[in-house]
Amino acid sequence: MNNINPEQQKVKKEPISDRRKFILSMARGAGLAALGGLMWSAYIDEVTATQLILRPPGAVKEDEFLKTCIKCGMCVEACPFDTLKLAKPGDNKPLGTPFFEPRDIPCYMCPDIPCVPVCPTDALDIKKVSTDNKLDINKAQMGVAVVDTKNCIAYWGIQCDACYRACPLLDVAIKLEYSKNERTGKHAFLKPIVDTDFCTGCGLCEHACVTKKAAIFVLPREVALGEVGDHYIKGWDKSDEKRLKNAQGETTVTERSSRKAVDSLNDMGGLLDD
Amino acid sequence: MIKNRYLILRRFVQIALMTLYFGANAWGWNILIGNLSSSKILGLIPMSDPYAVLQMFAAGALIASDLLVGALIATVFYAIFAGRAFCSWVCPVNMVTDLANYLRRKLGFNQIQKRQPATRNMRYWVIALSLILSLSFGVTAFEFISPISMLHRGIIFGLGFGWAAIVIIFLFDLFVLKNGWCGHICPLGGFYSLISRYSLIRVQHVEEKCTLCMKCKEVCPENEVLFMVGKSSGQILMGECTNCARCIEVCDDDAMHFSIRNLIDKKDKEN
Repeated sequence: MNNINPEQQKVKKEPISDRRKFILSMARGAGLAALGGLMWSAYIDEVTATQLILRPPGAVKEDEFLKTCIKCGMCVEACPFDTLKLAKPGDNKPLGTPFFEPRDIPCYMCPDIPCVPVCPTDALDIKKVSTDNKLDINKAQMGVAVVDTKNCIAYWGIQCDACYRACPLLDVAIKLEYSKNERTGKHAFLKPIVDTDFCTGCGLCEHACVTKKAAIFVLPREVALGEVGDHYIKGWDKSDEKRLKNAQGETTVTERSSRKAVDSLNDMGGLLDD
Repeated sequence: MIKNRYLILRRFVQIALMTLYFGANAWGWNILIGNLSSSKILGLIPMSDPYAVLQMFAAGALIASDLLVGALIATVFYAIFAGRAFCSWVCPVNMVTDLANYLRRKLGFNQIQKRQPATRNMRYWVIALSLILSLSFGVTAFEFISPISMLHRGIIFGLGFGWAAIVIIFLFDLFVLKNGWCGHICPLGGFYSLISRYSLIRVQHVEEKCTLCMKCKEVCPENEVLFMVGKSSGQILMGECTNCARCIEVCDDDAMHFSIRNLIDKKDKEN
């Protein structure tokens, strides 16, 4: 053990210079910061990615909501129906933010909306649920109800209007469409149709649905609704034409479109055998 | 005087605050609603976590006036008056890490692992990192991983798997690093250390009475602040001191006591 020659030992024990020490400790610090930072950002990216979450009434857009909500839970405490919950570890939702699951407990649409004014950060914005400075819960856009027509028994022809009756905006947000049942020849279908312009996403319909797993359910508006874009307008609707003001032209260039259409038509290449 | 009077008082304050919050959610009490991130006292005075607000600011959120006032009240209270008392008198994680630390001393882990392999300045790097991440992701970065919030939210609204985070901190402090969470990593504690550098309530050391038993240094969760013990009299002025008063009550020689910061003395030093 002790037969290492003394010169070698001396070399080994020579202290590193201050400059080297400084550079090494800086490198170590930077490395640790990168390690922690990458793990941290991966986690944040993961937990904020979920789209399937229903927010309380008056919530600002989801990306704004995630930076504005301070996770104090005052909306949860204000809710008289225990509808709202704070996401806890294991819920797989952005941690500490409020949400609700209508199949469990829907939003009962209190006219005084107790959950919104208590928000200290305006992540729940009073303006989004008021008309003329008066609270108006019917303006809430928590989500939108979607009907699974294959599993809705009303679409089978069995008489059921549970969701229609449960809707707080009866005959506005959910209407019944009558049509003839050709199978029996003497009965009517009473099919529930959701008008997404008026549906608030309260989820009373989902709560009331009689099927084993609800055939009408609330999804976040960004998930459930499409977007027409600027290419199509309702020509018969003057107000819809206003959308064209911000329309942006876009020309797609592909291999084909690089030539004029006439040239393409006149091109005999490949058509005739040599 | 009762030996552990401050410890008992601290536990009382910590548990009482949590009970008031819990009661607000469970039974509709109106004394203290919300949680430690943001609350309202008697339905009137707002109080918000200034570090969370700072992250919101970095994330680019619009800061509501109510929130700003709340953060300001908390900042003024700790920065001017109480010092870093949040950590030892309010934060529920303190009970967990104190228990880990107690077991560490009793079981002798401190003897087998004398040198701590990490710097206590790490928390300031974590603050910087949290602000950078808040900026780049547009979310309050630490609030999404904070075990402090997990615990107080858990106590008030339901814990879920939050207990795992608490166990991690406990095991980390017990087996890996002495005062690992509260004294090295926690950016909230770091934030309060930074703002409470000039607060009024300070522990005073009287060197003439000190018998160099070093019980205070053994029990102190931030023992670098006690560098003057046995060497010179003076106030513990470093922002890292949590005003937990453990040093005061373990001292058998009355060489420590609470005092108000000596403003005149400080002026003399500056001159």
